Amino acid sequence: MITQWFFTHVDRRGGIVIALLVAIAFLVPLSNLLLPETSPLHIPTYLVSLIGKYLTYALLAVALDLVWGFCGILSLGHGAFFALGGYAMGMYLMRQIGPRGVYADPVLPDFMIFLNWKELPWFWYGFDNFWFAALMVVLVPGALAFGFGWLAFRSRVTGVYLSIITQALTYALLLAFFRNDMGFGGNNGLTDFKDILGFNIQAGTTRSMLFAATALFLALAVFVSSFIIRSKLGKVLVGVRDAESRMRFLGYRVDRYKLFVWTISAMMAGIAGALYVPQVGIINPSEFEPANSIEAVIWVAVGGRGTIIGPIIGAVLVNFGKTYFTAAFPEIWLFALGALFIIVTLFLPKGILGLYGSWRTKLADRAARKKDSAPPPVAAENVHLPEPQAAE
Amino acid sequence: MRLNRLLSVFILMLGVCCHIAQSNAQTVDDAKLRPLVQALAGDNFEDTTKAISDLVKTGDPRVSKILDALSAGDLYVAKADKTVFFGKRDGSDYAATDPLTGTKLDPVSRSAAEKIKVNNRLRRDIAAAIGGLTLMSDNITERRSAAEAILKTRDPESIPLLDQAIAVEKDTGVKALMQQAKAAAVLSSDAADDVKIAAITEVSAGNSRDALSLLTPLENVQGPVGEAAKAAIDSINTKLAFWNAIQNVVYGLSLGSVLLLAAIGLAITFGVMGVINMAHGEMVMIGAYTTFVVQQIIRTSAPGMFDYSLLIALPAAFLVSGGIGVVIERGIIRFLYGRPLETLLATWGISLVLQQAIRSWFGASNVQVGNPSWMAGSFDLGLLTLTWSRLWIIVFSLSVFAIVQLVLKKTMLGLRMRAVTQNRRMASSMGIRTPWVDALTFGLGSGIAGIAGVALSQIDNVSPNLGQGYIIDSFMVVVFGGVGNLWGTLVGAMSLGIANKFLEPFAGAVLGKIVVLVLIIMFIQKRPRGLFALKGRAIEA
Repeated sequence: MITQWFFTHVDRRGGIVIALLVAIAFLVPLSNLLLPETSPLHIPTYLVSLIGKYLTYALLAVALDLVWGFCGILSLGHGAFFALGGYAMGMYLMRQIGPRGVYADPVLPDFMIFLNWKELPWFWYGFDNFWFAALMVVLVPGALAFGFGWLAFRSRVTGVYLSIITQALTYALLLAFFRNDMGFGGNNGLTDFKDILGFNIQAGTTRSMLFAATALFLALAVFVSSFIIRSKLGKVLVGVRDAESRMRFLGYRVDRYKLFVWTISAMMAGIAGALYVPQVGIINPSEFEPANSIEAVIWVAVGGRGTIIGPIIGAVLVNFGKTYFTAAFPEIWLFALGALFIIVTLFLPKGILGLYGSWRTKLADRAARKKDSAPPPVAAENVHLPEPQAAE
Repeated sequence: MRLNRLLSVFILMLGVCCHIAQSNAQTVDDAKLRPLVQALAGDNFEDTTKAISDLVKTGDPRVSKILDALSAGDLYVAKADKTVFFGKRDGSDYAATDPLTGTKLDPVSRSAAEKIKVNNRLRRDIAAAIGGLTLMSDNITERRSAAEAILKTRDPESIPLLDQAIAVEKDTGVKALMQQAKAAAVLSSDAADDVKIAAITEVSAGNSRDALSLLTPLENVQGPVGEAAKAAIDSINTKLAFWNAIQNVVYGLSLGSVLLLAAIGLAITFGVMGVINMAHGEMVMIGAYTTFVVQQIIRTSAPGMFDYSLLIALPAAFLVSGGIGVVIERGIIRFLYGRPLETLLATWGISLVLQQAIRSWFGASNVQVGNPSWMAGSFDLGLLTLTWSRLWIIVFSLSVFAIVQLVLKKTMLGLRMRAVTQNRRMASSMGIRTPWVDALTFGLGSGIAGIAGVALSQIDNVSPNLGQGYIIDSFMVVVFGGVGNLWGTLVGAMSLGIANKFLEPFAGAVLGKIVVLVLIIMFIQKRPRGLFALKGRAIEA
């Protein structure tokens, strides 16, 4: 029953990825915790955290792909939702420090005492409860996305205009969070965390559990995305992406569809941020930098927009490259990243998965031609979807 | 003729008289001065104080030197004959000089002389007295600074000195300053009410901020003085508020001009090609670096030409940035037409590459771009002090705007560009080679960005990140102003600049900027295509 329900909503590829993610959610912590360090299969803790970080990026990429790949909304501000989720989690972790801070105040975080604040600002209330923080991780980005999207989609702000406005949104938040008076730690952000849910955040066990949680949430996100895409709603979204006006004339309330998927995507990004913060141990305003959001877009583009698993591949590959390059050849990294943007948009409009797809059709073509000289069937995934036209 | 000669004789006489008057005020017979100097070595501090004020009253220029020495502890008195002299330690003796004539005296044994003691109160008196003395100095800057010093200390004792100084002062600026100082001193003295009220009128005519700090303590005084002070404060405050508003407008205009410069090129490329060029900021940055290179060449080969460096840099920056723009368009962007979002990403990639290229080439830190002499310095406008660079930027960006408008309205290229902006397919059908128009438009937009870089190099740090700081603001200008009409860009840039500056005092610079961003996001709701949108019938437009 359940498996049948599952497979009606997920294609074969999605199913494989979900299975893989669930598998590593169990296997990686097991290898880290149970195998001796000498074993070749042992995964050291730092690597667990590193891959965990990549997976949170992958979750952000999946969220971004949901709006860009399937609905044609290029957001240059998804980093804002990611960072807001991160801040919500960071506030919980700050409250968990309790009297163990430098100034040993049981309620106020260190930076507030440093700023000579006497009591907790109202927006910090409730963050000592995990359930409240977890709710905020989803609600704050969701609410911001809903408000922003409601305004933007209703007045039909589309295309590059929307992209620029989302960039302005994250830029405004960047400036705001840099201010000390905002009460989020200014440019130092929130850091020095001790516990999460009572477990030491530095401990290998906690790290492994955070990794497992990340992998499971990513699997969930893949499932939710597949679910949305394969539903009737998903078909409408793709229709909006390819011919927005036509969908509107067919009688669909385009703005509502967009608003729905936009808000869901922002919530996913918030969850990604919330999982990111305990694994890297800090959240500061630089996460709001517009450059970060654009980098997330390139993960999706590299992996293949409009596919469910492409963003995961793209996020992991690009970030692996980033880790490697910034350590080995720091001056080359920006060249490489810049070149990646150009090459992917020029030569790989459908990303790595698109490349793989066209390679497979070519092979199939050749095989078919050998068999008989019948005209080759056009594989559905190789058809280039027309893009929305430029303003004319 | 006759009259002329008469006049010149008169002027000559006047000059002589003044000269005599001034000399009279300055030098006093040694015989008269000597006992006063001797009196400095009095038995107690009161005697010394009296001697100081007596000395000061003579107004002799040598007095300030003596008082300086006294304050520094270089004035000694011989125990035997009580002569006062400048002493300098020289082994077991003091090398002595006469305080009045400056002639060398026989060295005095250290045990035979005594230092004239001063305490802090005396030192303060001496400082004030010296300030008063330099009112009579021949040097105009010394007189000015003396008057300013009194304006700060408001010492009532300096009133007679000021009176003397005002009587002989010929420079109107310094004279006015002295009158201000006198009025300030009168206000802190216990003069009669009507004198004080006159002083209040005098004070409030001068520098408003100084006057405010002078008058505020008087506000709560009972009687006519307090009322006069209150009225004066009110009028000064209105005046200040007025000039504050003017300052906000001027500063806003100059910020707006910067935005305008950065946004014109963006608006052109976006209008014609529907392409957002994320590398636009880097074109600005390259323009600034071109200025740097031009200045380096001038510094090494023709230092005398430095004042013209910007004039040389302008075409150079236009060509460099414009050339790079054409290369980018031909090499990358033309393959992406009809896919504006991909173009956005590709140009972002280009911007990363350009930034890193400049960083590898010139280093990550700021490079030094100099101001030519005609841009340095400032001038006063009413109560405002404006720098010349601020004014030049406004003039410059408005002229760039005018030139671009001319190009768009009066040249063949402009005609074609406007045609393509309005309807690409129709323009193409009429025989316009749209690919060439695209390439030239992109080159023009990038070239203007380069010119903006020359201007920005004068007011901002030139570093590889220069462009990043302006790019979002210029996007906002384009989004706010709308595309296809440069007037929209002008209005957008100026309103954003002025709005920023008016919000700053209430909300702070950062919050002001946030408010402006939020306002634009709200504004887009009302007019999704900006202030000056092109009217058309396309659905997707």
